[in-house]
Amino acid sequence: MPKVLVVDQGKCTACRRCELACSFKHTGEFNPAAARLTVAIFQDDDYYQPVVCQHCDEPTCMVVCPAGAIRRDVKTNAVIIDENRCIGCRMCIMACPFGGTDYSVSEQKVVKCDLCGGEPECVLNCPWGAIEYKEPAGQALDRREQVARKVQAALREVV
Amino acid sequence: MYGWTGQLLRVNLSDGKCRTERLNPTLARDYVGARGLASKILWDEIDPKVDPLAPENKLIFMTGPLTGTTAISGNRYNVVTKSPLTGAIAASSSGGYFGSELKYAGFDGIIFEGRAAEPVYLWIEDGSFELRPAGELWGKNVHETEDAIKAVTSPHAKVACIGPAGEKLVRFACIMNDKNRAAGRSGVGAVMGSKNLKAIAVRGHGGVKVADGTAFREAVLAALAKIKANDVTYGGLPTYGTGVLVNVINAHGGLPARNFQTNIFPGAEKISGEALAATYLVRKKACQACPMACGRVTKVPSGPYAGHGEGPEYEAQWSLGADCGIDDLAAIIKANFLANELGYDPISFGSTLACAMELYEKGYLPAGDTEVPLEFGNAAVLVETARKVAYREGIGDLLAEGSYRLASRYGHPELSMTSKKQEYPAYDPRAFQGIGLNYATSNRGGCHVRGYTIAAEALGTPVQADPLSPEGKAALDKAFQDLTALVDASGICLFTTFALGAADIAGMLAPATGVPYTEESSLLAGERIYNLERLFNFAAGFTKADDTLAPRLLNEPMPEGPAKGKTSALTEMLAEYYQLRGWDEEGRVTAATRERLGL
Repeated sequence: MPKVLVVDQGKCTACRRCELACSFKHTGEFNPAAARLTVAIFQDDDYYQPVVCQHCDEPTCMVVCPAGAIRRDVKTNAVIIDENRCIGCRMCIMACPFGGTDYSVSEQKVVKCDLCGGEPECVLNCPWGAIEYKEPAGQALDRREQVARKVQAALREVV
Repeated sequence: MYGWTGQLLRVNLSDGKCRTERLNPTLARDYVGARGLASKILWDEIDPKVDPLAPENKLIFMTGPLTGTTAISGNRYNVVTKSPLTGAIAASSSGGYFGSELKYAGFDGIIFEGRAAEPVYLWIEDGSFELRPAGELWGKNVHETEDAIKAVTSPHAKVACIGPAGEKLVRFACIMNDKNRAAGRSGVGAVMGSKNLKAIAVRGHGGVKVADGTAFREAVLAALAKIKANDVTYGGLPTYGTGVLVNVINAHGGLPARNFQTNIFPGAEKISGEALAATYLVRKKACQACPMACGRVTKVPSGPYAGHGEGPEYEAQWSLGADCGIDDLAAIIKANFLANELGYDPISFGSTLACAMELYEKGYLPAGDTEVPLEFGNAAVLVETARKVAYREGIGDLLAEGSYRLASRYGHPELSMTSKKQEYPAYDPRAFQGIGLNYATSNRGGCHVRGYTIAAEALGTPVQADPLSPEGKAALDKAFQDLTALVDASGICLFTTFALGAADIAGMLAPATGVPYTEESSLLAGERIYNLERLFNFAAGFTKADDTLAPRLLNEPMPEGPAKGKTSALTEMLAEYYQLRGWDEEGRVTAATRERLGL
């Protein structure tokens, strides 16, 4: 099973190192506006979540692209843009429900996460493991156990 | 330029004109950025004798060359001005996201001059900038102000502003950014208020360039590995926040209680970082690019002190707690929320309240002068005065002047726990000799983050120093002070120095800027900045006589605990310190030292 970016928002501290590292890797500058991912920071709700390209099994971006410019990388299985084919129509941006593709103002082109060829810079720079590069299997196990702990605590109170 | 954007914005509030300026590369190299560069500009442009609240004073926001990058905690900016609390140079550092955003918009810093006729705020979006009316914002608290500005500019704007405390010229008002981060000390918010400047909002879509990307990335990843291998930066700080220190410092017998009348606080455990983590802590939060995440998101769900926000951190846990004899953590958190929302420094406030409580206890402050009983340990009074001080209501009007002016009013300035009229933070100089020397010589008055010798005296970093001995403290203080000036100028956080040294910082600065900074040359820059601040203060009228401590710390032996019987050995340390600094016996920077540092 190919690896993807797996996010655990509970571990995110809103430091945005991932955004900075991503923009630096892809543009040579530190610029969150050019990052291929964004940490959504809802400060008043104490909620922070890195939002990344899911590299879907059936990518909407790929389906809608009229130029056939979006394809799978054979090495990493990442959904990537072929810049030579991209016509800049931005249909992929309209289609993706996750905001996985974007038009980069500083680079003047449509961009998206390419998993850095299998060594994601965001993962390397995240201090708390909120973004990991791994197989997506088994993601729910921890959460199911957390739910079970809550049920257990509730039962202890009433039984 | 690399690291630096190379551009400054100059805003004349009197005539409303804004213009961009090129950053002088030589000055940038020699003073690095932030605290250093802004101090140099202030020194070059204002008369040090100016009234801090007059239009002739300037207010300078400045980032460093590492701000906005992945450098460890590369997010900070400094506000430099002449302080209305101390009359000395003020350099207050803050984190969050604001400083980085300023660089993404294309500016290293902003110089404010003059005074606006009516309240205004500055809106910067990439290369464009304008002063806008802020009449409707005046009176709003920090959180309301940020929300209101975002609603009319951009939801992604980053905002720095003052609250009611800054508007009312409270002498220890802060400038707040990203709601809960503060350029906290020395009353920089009152200077902003005096200029009728309510806020700065900024949004940028540009990038920060570095000179050698490969080398910079390697230096940052090596530094990140050191941070993650360190028990303080990747253990104590993220787990318990800075409040991890409450129990540590109390065990040393150095946690001042009841206005420094004693130094062991029985309620320490109840107000500690550990207690906070077990009760009201929601989660940890980081400033931009920081792996340490010492920020505390907290919530008191119900009761008289219900609220939601950030903090407190160690110094406020102490000033609002132990120093006022209060061990009610919920009340301390509530008072800290008020300090954030109303925009003032909880260290100076708590310490001023503690001073008022001692004046009241001793009968110097008559009951008729205050509408609330200023008793040590009264949590309700803490929270009530925490609101009143920002609006200068009743007793709050006296507290807003700081402890020195308050105690002087009642004829007992010796009960003000200050140096250069700025309140001490949470370490007693009788239990930590080195921090006393730092308080006395700090260029912004009583302060721990000019030369944090506690790292060595209590935490054994980078070397263990005997806290009770004055021996070697002069050299320790100078080393910490110069390193801190470098850190502040670079645009990173002081807490990195638990794990990183000047070599690591120079290792990030050099590839970022293309200037071949070394450990030696970068520390020399720190020393240059420190001496420049000293020159400013002496030109403002300060003398050797101001390099002192509150009489209690020099004359009253510690009553109990590990430091029992001790007083501060300041005189002995000070002579050696002057010598090491290359200052004469009167504490003046000598011509030879000026020449050596290129001043």
